[in-house]
Amino acid sequence: MNDTFTERRYDIARLAIPEWLLKVERLGKVYGPYDDEIIASTGSERDTAKSSINGSVVAAWDVSFEVAPGEALGIVGESGSGKTTVLRCLAGDFTPSTGSATIRLGSDDVNIFDVEPAQRRRLRVDTVSVVYQDPSEGLKMNVTAGGNIAEPLTAAGWRNFSKIRARASDLLARTEVPLNRMDDLVRAFSGGMRQRVQIAKALANSPSVVLFDEPTTGLDASVAAGVLDLIRSLLEEHRIAAVVVSHDFSVIEMLTSRCLVMHHGRIVESALTDQLLEDPHHPYTQRLVAAARA
Amino acid sequence: MTLSDLIDRHESGELLDEFAKREIRRATLAAVAIPGYQVPFGSREMPVARGWGSGGLQITLAVTHDDDTVKVIDQGDDDGVNAVNLRRLVTSSTGADETTTASEATVTQSRHRIPEDGLDESSILVLQVPVPEPLRGVERDMRELARMHAEADYSRMWVSLYEDKVRNGVITQTTGYPCLVNERYVVATTPIPRWDIPRLHDAPFLTLFGAGREKRIYAIPPYTIVEPLTFEDVPFEVEDSDGARCSLCGKSESFLVSLPNSTTWLCSDTDWCARQRGSR
Repeated sequence: MNDTFTERRYDIARLAIPEWLLKVERLGKVYGPYDDEIIASTGSERDTAKSSINGSVVAAWDVSFEVAPGEALGIVGESGSGKTTVLRCLAGDFTPSTGSATIRLGSDDVNIFDVEPAQRRRLRVDTVSVVYQDPSEGLKMNVTAGGNIAEPLTAAGWRNFSKIRARASDLLARTEVPLNRMDDLVRAFSGGMRQRVQIAKALANSPSVVLFDEPTTGLDASVAAGVLDLIRSLLEEHRIAAVVVSHDFSVIEMLTSRCLVMHHGRIVESALTDQLLEDPHHPYTQRLVAAARA
Repeated sequence: MTLSDLIDRHESGELLDEFAKREIRRATLAAVAIPGYQVPFGSREMPVARGWGSGGLQITLAVTHDDDTVKVIDQGDDDGVNAVNLRRLVTSSTGADETTTASEATVTQSRHRIPEDGLDESSILVLQVPVPEPLRGVERDMRELARMHAEADYSRMWVSLYEDKVRNGVITQTTGYPCLVNERYVVATTPIPRWDIPRLHDAPFLTLFGAGREKRIYAIPPYTIVEPLTFEDVPFEVEDSDGARCSLCGKSESFLVSLPNSTTWLCSDTDWCARQRGSR
């Protein structure tokens, strides 16, 4: 593999960023004890994430990137490559082993791995939202669509019933959920509509960062296309910094301008999305792109 | 009081031994110090089944001395079988006097009501609580419940009020309405009607809540802020019996209950009703 060329392209990709809003530095997540030797025994070149020395699993290591407002960064890789681990660490669902993730809040920089659990959850209410692959993870199935959106609103201090209703119906209209379904339980919704409600909920408090974990994987092709269109227009409209995790190149191609390729917990390539698809350099990326284009 | 003093008094024939009383009083003091916080305690076996007032009974026995006067009501009624039996149990165990007049009682035990009047700074109101956890309906995981209380994260409670209003047009919860105590903890107000909720706010008396089955004690100290959870634009309303009057005393300003399958209304608080008739 041409290391210098990959490096140079990485620099071009960095130049394209105006001003970062989310900056992740040397994020690592290891299950089990680890030291330098154990880390070195895993990775793309070793073709495993599990150390042969002590069996520790290095799910993600040395993951660094920046995302600007209005920009979407893709993380692509096969199942088990560590991309969802990275996203879940950023979401606060997992505790990372090492590294930092800084969010620019006004003039303050906050390392979200560093703050108290209560403040962390607070950030999840109004600053960082997550859209999960499985809507039942992000939504309460036995609560109405409107009620699901009311949850982050009341958590942010909304106490006026009519204003909550108005905000919820506004969000549902923008995510193209029929308003006559607003007071139906989410359980009664189709997969595509559940995903739209989840996106509406994620946008409730106008977050500056939204993390998408395989947002269309469970949906059939025509519904997925509609949801992708929606996400793309919302990202442009709201100047959100987005991280999109997917194994599906068509999702990455449609939503993101830059992307990272992960393999066995490591970033193996980083480039502008169209370049990466046209001209993949790392052998693993070449295999992935070839498989997607087949 | 030293341990040896406690041992001397141990064989007194009382329902609760001095060790148990001391533990319950300590839990009660912690509850008073942190208004609305549910303090765990070692709930004892009582000669009434759990769920029949054993939590309230234990608090009453622990705070009552032989110079106290005790009133026990069931649904506002001093003469219900349950009320009479509990009152006898308390007075025979503690040596306290008994009364049915709210203003004479220093300790009043109740499940469903706060007496219409007569409670003042010298009064303790003990409420029997079936379910002390106000968030039980929205979350079952105990660790998650503890976290929600610790962080005052009550958004799920608000969602359940939102859902109630959306589904029914009004907030339908009638008894045990959730209230925010001292601007910090949400409590279950046990099955007292909404009618009694405003009377908990800034009340001159101490209210102690005992849940025997769930082993929790919590408290609302005198002159504490108690706010029912309600949306800014959906005012909290108490029960309205639409101009009905008590068929015994003729008054309409107390909490009225209707006899089954009839349009006859009666005061829920029998002591208050009797006093209205006496003064007429």
